[in-house]
Amino acid sequence: MTTAQVIVTLLGLAAIAWVNWYFFVAGRGVAAVATSDAGGPQRVRVEVKGGYSPAVVRVQAGRPVRLEFHRDETSSCTEEVVLPDFGIRTYLPAHRTTPVSFTPAEGTYEFTCGMGMVRGKIVAEPAR
Amino acid sequence: MTESCTIPVTGMTCAACSGRVQRTLEKTPGVAEASVNLMTGAATVAYDPVVTTPDRLVDTIRSTGYGAELPLPEESGEELLDAQDEARAAEVRDLRRKFVLSAAAAALTMYPGMSHQGMTSGTRYLLLALTLPVVAWAGRHFYTRAWAAFRHHGADMNTLIAVGTGAAFLFSTAVTLFDRWFMARGVEPHVYYEAVVWIIALVLLGNLLEARAKGQTSGAIRRLIGLRPATARVQREGREEEVPLAALRPGDEVVVRPGETIPVDGTVLEGTSNVDESMLTGEPIPVAKGPGDPVIGATLNRNGAFHFRVERVGRDTVLSRIIRLVQQAQGTRAPIQRLADRIAAVFVPVVLSIAIATFVVWFDFGPAPSYLHALVSAVTVLIIACPCAMGLAVPTAVMVSTGRGAELGVLIKGGEALERSQAIDTVVFDKTGTITEGHPAVESVQLAPGADRAAVPDEARLLALAAAVERLSEHPLAEAIVAEAERHGATALRATGFESRTGRGVVGRVDGREVGVGNAALLGELGVDPAPLAAQADAVASQGRTPMLVVVEGRLAGLIVVADPVKPTSRAAVDELRRLGVETVMLTGDNPRTAASVARAVGIGRVVAEVLPERKLDEIRALQAEGRVVAMVGDGLNDAPALAQADVGIAMGTGTDVAMEAGAITLMRGDPVGAVTAIRLARRTMRIIRQNLFWAFIYNVVGIPIAAGVLYPALGLRLTPAMAAAAMAVSSVSVVSNSLRLRRFMPKGQR
Repeated sequence: MTTAQVIVTLLGLAAIAWVNWYFFVAGRGVAAVATSDAGGPQRVRVEVKGGYSPAVVRVQAGRPVRLEFHRDETSSCTEEVVLPDFGIRTYLPAHRTTPVSFTPAEGTYEFTCGMGMVRGKIVAEPAR
Repeated sequence: MTESCTIPVTGMTCAACSGRVQRTLEKTPGVAEASVNLMTGAATVAYDPVVTTPDRLVDTIRSTGYGAELPLPEESGEELLDAQDEARAAEVRDLRRKFVLSAAAAALTMYPGMSHQGMTSGTRYLLLALTLPVVAWAGRHFYTRAWAAFRHHGADMNTLIAVGTGAAFLFSTAVTLFDRWFMARGVEPHVYYEAVVWIIALVLLGNLLEARAKGQTSGAIRRLIGLRPATARVQREGREEEVPLAALRPGDEVVVRPGETIPVDGTVLEGTSNVDESMLTGEPIPVAKGPGDPVIGATLNRNGAFHFRVERVGRDTVLSRIIRLVQQAQGTRAPIQRLADRIAAVFVPVVLSIAIATFVVWFDFGPAPSYLHALVSAVTVLIIACPCAMGLAVPTAVMVSTGRGAELGVLIKGGEALERSQAIDTVVFDKTGTITEGHPAVESVQLAPGADRAAVPDEARLLALAAAVERLSEHPLAEAIVAEAERHGATALRATGFESRTGRGVVGRVDGREVGVGNAALLGELGVDPAPLAAQADAVASQGRTPMLVVVEGRLAGLIVVADPVKPTSRAAVDELRRLGVETVMLTGDNPRTAASVARAVGIGRVVAEVLPERKLDEIRALQAEGRVVAMVGDGLNDAPALAQADVGIAMGTGTDVAMEAGAITLMRGDPVGAVTAIRLARRTMRIIRQNLFWAFIYNVVGIPIAAGVLYPALGLRLTPAMAAAAMAVSSVSVVSNSLRLRRFMPKGQR
């Protein structure tokens, strides 16, 4: 093996390790906790741009939740948001905020884009 | 001044629950009226907006321990659909412009002078000038979107395209700018501009076709929405005026002329016509309408003019409920998608890893110039990988299929319902109202031998006399006789001295004569000998029909046979199910004789008779314990628990009276053939989904290794990046097109 081959091989292995670390490990998002007015629904604003931020939303179980999706891009990948557990598939007009309401029982629920590539999670916890 | 709102309530399981919520609401200050529907899971409240608000009503309901939430401040699904249409059209226009530019550039790169042999520095700069607008404008969104996803630790199709074309472009640019530096090291300056341009052009073409095809997957919903007319003609203070649909209120009187669309749901007040309801129920034959008949909004009035009273508007109409159900169904996820989801979640990073490994292997072991082969192979891997095909495989098929079902009057509640329906091997029919019409009708009228011809000259008179007495009774059998008399216009007679004798019949005086209608026991009471018709009455009873003897002035006058007629299509439905390999079972509360006679008439082999309503559920369980996948077809009202217990509950209704929320599948018309259509559509859909997943999966499993060059050592076979781009475009478009084939699904016998 030439020196160049050794260097390329080592760099390649490092790059593979980094790709897997970056996309699978480092990506575990920080959760946002819903805010709520007394008696009103728990509200969380979710920015939609290449992904969902926050990608993990913590809410109280058994109380209505209102996710406000603000889609700030025209990429058709994120044009729809799907909450399969609540039978919701809705279109998100670009550069606008679209609310999605539901009431979760305790548990973890996914929300994804129309094709299931971009993902987020709702963690519904028992009331404090 | 009161306003009204509808609040979805969750967690109610029984009538006691809904009763509690309703009582609590009724006691709440400001509430004028409240009704809580267990079946639809909704509370409809009329309230004084000065005293209370919908938000507070929600809190009131929650205080009872049940869940409640206000519907979205819509932003109705329909407006969103319009917005989506516009965005889609804009996207298609944009993609088309970008495709045209990049395709033109791609064609120019094929120009003979641009070939690699003897490429001059000038040609390389020319190619760079040609590629720059393609990368910077036509393909710009690949890079910006990939970057946006990258910042979220996400990766998608854009990532693959961006990294693939980016690597090729940056390398080529470096070679172009520093060709001397490369040549000084004995490396021939090689550029890949044409690969970059071709990839971008082909991927854009794929996206363009995909965007157009995706727009068609929700076509059924759009057609449903398009059925609704913009205005209605209201009769107010003797004048007709045209008002927008939103201005209609329950209680309004609306005029419908021939050829017009009925705007909302209501009941005919006067006039008769035939109404084409095929767009909502799939019923091909126009339905006759007269005073008292329900009409459904969005159906088409054919030949007569009539007035009707508005009963439901806006969100409550049958059409709106159908649209909502279909939209919800399209938001669900089929369990079969889980595998695709799991793959999609790790797909892009895995492909990136494979591409890097490909580069390394070619660099270390490939023929010279190894770094060029390494670069091209890695780029080809990135480009051929297609996560879109996998992501589109299931949702597009579910969307097209639920939409097509709705057009045929079959509402399927989503991916899971579809998936379970394909596996059905046993269909249980609740006899009354599904196999049979559900209400008794007069089958025959005949005079007794030796009847008093002066009092009862013919069958029509016999029917008229019987109807006059029965009119005052409330028994379902009585209604059948009255309805038959009305059909013959024999409604002039009135009875006096009416008397109902429970379990035996009725008596009364008509036209100065004493008339009795009932069974043998009644005749015994009246001291009349049933002998002339006794044998015949017994024979009728043994076939599961009801003989009603008529006595006039103490003499046996005749026999009226009443039965619940079998629907004309029941037999065809059972036969067709058998052809599909599905066994049929009939469940009924009737006696075994009646049950057996109906089952024989329609060809059902297995009958369970004398089942109490609350035991239906146990029968379903028993069938499931035999290892069967059971669908239960019922009206959704009396048999809701059995529908819920079945693997697939199929609620069957007619037009306005549909318990749409009760089953996994709802048939909009009372035709058992709908169950066949549902099963066939489900099987067809699942077949398409499996094809989609198989091809999307195999495509990547085969395509990526070939792109990486596994066939090179043995066969010398490699793909170029442009070929990879073409393959990827074809793969995602073919998945969507395959799903769109479901739009042409036709029920049996309607091709």
